[in-house]
Amino acid sequence: MSRHTLSVLVEDKPGVLTRVASLFARRAFNINSLAVGPTEVTGISRMTVVVDADGELIEQVTKQLNKLVNVIKIVELTSESSVQRDHILVKVRADAATRLQVTQAADLFRASVVDVSTDSVVIEAAGHPEKLTALLSVLEPFGIREIVQSGTLAVGRGSRSMSDRALRSA
Amino acid sequence: MSKGSPISPSLMAAKSPGAPKAPERADRTAEHAAVVADLAAVSPVLGPNNVVPPTVMTGSQAIVRSLEELGVDDIFGLPGGAILPTYDPLMASTMNHVLVRHEQGAGHAAQGYAMVTGRVGVCIATSGPGATNLVTAIMDAHMDSVPLVAITGQVSSGVIGTDAFQEADIVGITMPITKHSFLVTDPNDIPHVMAEAFHLASTGRPGPVLVDVAKDAQVGQMTFSWPPRIDLPGYRPVTRGHNKQVREAAKLIAAATKPVLYVGGGVVKAHASAELRALAEATGAPVVTTLMAKGAFPDSHPQHVGMPGMHGTVSAVTALQQSDLLITLGARFDDRVTGVLKTFAPHAKVIHADIDPAEISKNRTADVPIVGSVKEIIPELTEAVRAQFEAAGTPDLTTWWAFLNNLKETYPLGFTEPEDGLTAPQKVIERIGALTGPEGIYVAGVGQHQMWAAQFIKYERPHAWLNSGGAGTMGYAVPAAMGAKVGEPDRVVWAIDGDGCFQMTNQELATCAINKIPIKVAVINNSSLGMVRQWQTLFYEGRYSNTDLNTGHDTVRIPDFVKLGEAYGCASFRCERDEDIDATIQKALEINDRPVVIDFVVSPNSMVWPMVPAGVSNDQIQVARNMTPDWE
Repeated sequence: MSRHTLSVLVEDKPGVLTRVASLFARRAFNINSLAVGPTEVTGISRMTVVVDADGELIEQVTKQLNKLVNVIKIVELTSESSVQRDHILVKVRADAATRLQVTQAADLFRASVVDVSTDSVVIEAAGHPEKLTALLSVLEPFGIREIVQSGTLAVGRGSRSMSDRALRSA
Repeated sequence: MSKGSPISPSLMAAKSPGAPKAPERADRTAEHAAVVADLAAVSPVLGPNNVVPPTVMTGSQAIVRSLEELGVDDIFGLPGGAILPTYDPLMASTMNHVLVRHEQGAGHAAQGYAMVTGRVGVCIATSGPGATNLVTAIMDAHMDSVPLVAITGQVSSGVIGTDAFQEADIVGITMPITKHSFLVTDPNDIPHVMAEAFHLASTGRPGPVLVDVAKDAQVGQMTFSWPPRIDLPGYRPVTRGHNKQVREAAKLIAAATKPVLYVGGGVVKAHASAELRALAEATGAPVVTTLMAKGAFPDSHPQHVGMPGMHGTVSAVTALQQSDLLITLGARFDDRVTGVLKTFAPHAKVIHADIDPAEISKNRTADVPIVGSVKEIIPELTEAVRAQFEAAGTPDLTTWWAFLNNLKETYPLGFTEPEDGLTAPQKVIERIGALTGPEGIYVAGVGQHQMWAAQFIKYERPHAWLNSGGAGTMGYAVPAAMGAKVGEPDRVVWAIDGDGCFQMTNQELATCAINKIPIKVAVINNSSLGMVRQWQTLFYEGRYSNTDLNTGHDTVRIPDFVKLGEAYGCASFRCERDEDIDATIQKALEINDRPVVIDFVVSPNSMVWPMVPAGVSNDQIQVARNMTPDWE
């Protein structure tokens, strides 16, 4: 199964997230991650949905999503033509003996320490999912206490805006 | 991957006050509904688009007024606490409200009404259990693409989420089985939500739309004006087929030697029977009509080779299996048609025209997909085919027709007399069709009697055959027949029901009797859940687990359907002998002042043939038990 990143413009109305999530459940589609938030246009939200599906299935996923009345536009963002980022907070064991090693490891990944206590630190990092996986494997030996990760966010490269054309016609 | 082509702004804007008004819709014919559908393309707000200047009223008055402005004549419903405010102004309305005995009946009645008229069916229920009782009908309408608007009361917005009395999250419950749904908590939203609901239900691929209105939104004051502005930026159904695709399709048709027109319910919904006939005659290709499309093409037409699928004719099933080109029009490759999908029509290329892009290549990959309304696509395809035939010559289908005609003659639909000496159910159904004729409306429940009604009644026109196809809802027949009779009061409406189905929704006989809706109910009483029993006979060594209903010959006959019919104020008869069939049907046809119930006591051992057993290829079709056709 191949991984696809869909960027979905939706009306910011109650229940839209439920409609999208329940559509995936109902049609037995596999969501890898889903992130939703407001956009530059009032009343329009944007979802980034990462789906595991093969060729014909991904076509069916987008067609079914398009049938949702609150869905305005769907674009598939390929890894070459878009910037894709995950956001992660990791709580790692770090006492006086290991703290320096942990923060150095974080530095290597351009991650930052956002909280420190006597026996732990919280590291914040953003980046491509593969980079975050690498960071976690480096932190693993120190002892990972908690991981919180967002869904993937993605935006197309270049000056074009996804909402321009979609909203002009609406 | 973006949504279709942008719709022109004029189509989305509210109609200006000076625009010409659509004619009043007193006429209820299907033709007329098609015209209304065309008008809807001009203004997305259904109805005559009367201009109503801002007027202060309550939310519930706005619901009633919106329904009136949308051109609604008939509503099926049952009141309760949370919808009570709306029932008060409804009493003063000119609209006809039919008080049902169970909300499921309201839902199916609205479906039956929509199926025969082509107009949006409307049902109303209260919150909680009232709303959940509509769920089966909403799901049924969703599976069979029936334009339906369900209005439900909801508890006041202040107590939503507190598990208040009769609170149910009906928007959440029905989310996967509606085309769209609305929760209204501000009375000022009512006019545009109602107009949007009707627009969504009736355009594109039709379907059910739920409008859930909180009690405080019904009671609160608002300012009503009409027509409202429809704001659905994410809804742009494509109706016009792509020219290039239509030309590609014509090329495939010109090159095919074994083409088949595979016609589904979409052709009935689009009122495109006349267009279909022109295409069929232009191509000379055989036509199969699915269970949902019976009547879309006349059964008597020499190019009609039958119904495909699990209980289809040998000629129709084989035509699809051996075809080299499926010209698919408003059909969806349902598993009951295809059998095991990967063995279905293995040599065929596929042209697939459908208004719902998601149906195309969902089950079977299309070689030439055409998204749009078959009403617009079919005439364009006919033109393209004619042009192609002129340029490249008319294909020779003689061998193909010789093969199919031989199958039609060798394996016609038929039945054997039961060995127990009881009446053959097929005979009863065949006689009902023969004595009533093609102008009647036939509404079936689900099971053996449904299949026999599809097989042994001859359908010559669309909108004459109603059944629960996708959902398979037992109990559909009586309430749907009631709705059909309200929509088409001048036609004879038969509910062909089973003894199992009839016991699920027969309380609507009270509604029919009291409201003078004289439907005729033929209970094909084989004293069992017949289709389940057939599978037990064939696949479970005749172990009849929980399928005996004790309503037929040599049983306790509980309930006694004749007494039950009489208790509901219906003319009621029992027919147990072959020689009484015609006379009993004639007697029923002569009664038009009240509903009729006939208990046709038939053999429990008759089975539906032909049959493609579940889980095997359509090539394994059996014309009788363990008998497969001879393929030469």
